[in-house]
Amino acid sequence: MSGLIKSSIARKVVMALSGLFLVLFLAQHFTINVTSVIAPETFNEWSHFMGYNILVQYILQPVLIAGIIVHFVMGIVLELQNSKARSIKYKKYSGSANASWMSRNMIVTGLVVLAFIGLHMYDFWVHEMAYKYIEANPEDPTRYYEETVIKFEPFWRTIIYIIAFVLLALHLWHGFASSFQSMGVNNKYTPAIKTFTKIFSIVIPAGFIFIALYHHFNPITH
Amino acid sequence: MKLTLKIWRQKDASSKGKMVDYSINGIEGDMSFLEMLDVLNEELINKGEEPVEFDHDCREGICGTCSLQINGEPHGPDRLVTTCQLHMRKFNDGDTIVIEPFRATAFPVIKDLVVDRSAFDRIQQAGGFISVNTSGNTVDANAIPIEKHAADEAMDAATCIGCGACVAACKNASAMLFTSAKVSQFALLPQGRVEATERVQNMVRQMDLEGFGNCTNTGACEVECPKGISLENIARMNREYLSATVEG
Repeated sequence: MSGLIKSSIARKVVMALSGLFLVLFLAQHFTINVTSVIAPETFNEWSHFMGYNILVQYILQPVLIAGIIVHFVMGIVLELQNSKARSIKYKKYSGSANASWMSRNMIVTGLVVLAFIGLHMYDFWVHEMAYKYIEANPEDPTRYYEETVIKFEPFWRTIIYIIAFVLLALHLWHGFASSFQSMGVNNKYTPAIKTFTKIFSIVIPAGFIFIALYHHFNPITH
Repeated sequence: MKLTLKIWRQKDASSKGKMVDYSINGIEGDMSFLEMLDVLNEELINKGEEPVEFDHDCREGICGTCSLQINGEPHGPDRLVTTCQLHMRKFNDGDTIVIEPFRATAFPVIKDLVVDRSAFDRIQQAGGFISVNTSGNTVDANAIPIEKHAADEAMDAATCIGCGACVAACKNASAMLFTSAKVSQFALLPQGRVEATERVQNMVRQMDLEGFGNCTNTGACEVECPKGISLENIARMNREYLSATVEG
């Protein structure tokens, strides 16, 4: 078993599985966010469920945080090993001649997305924890829509979110299909997986960008 | 054709190397890249200077001895060819060509453009074989019928000449394409299935021990491989490794 943990292939599988788990989470997050544009009441209802359901709060949420940590830590470990594997660099290296920018810069796009997750946690999760456990406010199933829209009032935050979503798209463009290859899936379904990857990595981040812009340009007026 | 060459010169494994510029005239488009270096070396020898050391043997693209990172790509800008099959017509008069050794911590430089690729030999020795009785009771290989597509895929994997271009091209200096080709050529055949579990585990362990990087599926190895070894082999090795681990 220790051999498995030390093996480069096992580490890649851990990277792939945690990545796919985060992709699933992303799809679920996007589905809820879409309702903030088309049906604010549904958005409030679902957000309240996610915020107070015991299963979500005490099982899914810790699993999600663990998934992010595993994906991040393993990414850094792999990157450090890879850097060590070529201690003397080339004077001239034509990376673009044989591989896409996205595949060669996963660490860059990944770190930007991680920094964004930090800001996003500060914006919503820290606020939520303070609301529930420090200020000990009573349950209010109607507050979420307004809280969300207010966040997108400042132009700077909207811009940061948009940049992060673009980087997320670039990360997914390589990462999603790549995770199947890491798990040993390369067969007649691979072209379909690659096509789905391209659609997913454009549609989901573009959707998130649309939602951020929609709330920025449609502030709540009292 | 007149060219400027920027070549990595390094006296020996322990010396610090540097790029040195050379001007060269009279290069014909029909010359191979190695013939161009032969011309340079003749000039250097005539001037009493140390010739540039580089690996070469068959000069027909089958032995896997020649290497060289040419303008940032292993075996140069052409596809599906080794450096010895690369023609100077791929370059233009007045070009500057940067020539470096294959770079990887597991491929230390011995001298100039020559690197030690014995890490590949050790990976091969760790499991890249089948145990067959050769004491006189040898079973005819053709006695076991093999499906056409399996035989073809095994043959495709076996065309890997072990030159190391995959490692040189990979941004992580990963040896996954080489190792997976050597695992696949046996994994696809019934004769290789007998020792398949230990083979993949031993070869991957040796690959990791040699200090190669991790595969991030950029696909650079497949593009630069002079023999067109497919990424499907890496996926196959991942499957083989995972099922071997589950089997224990």
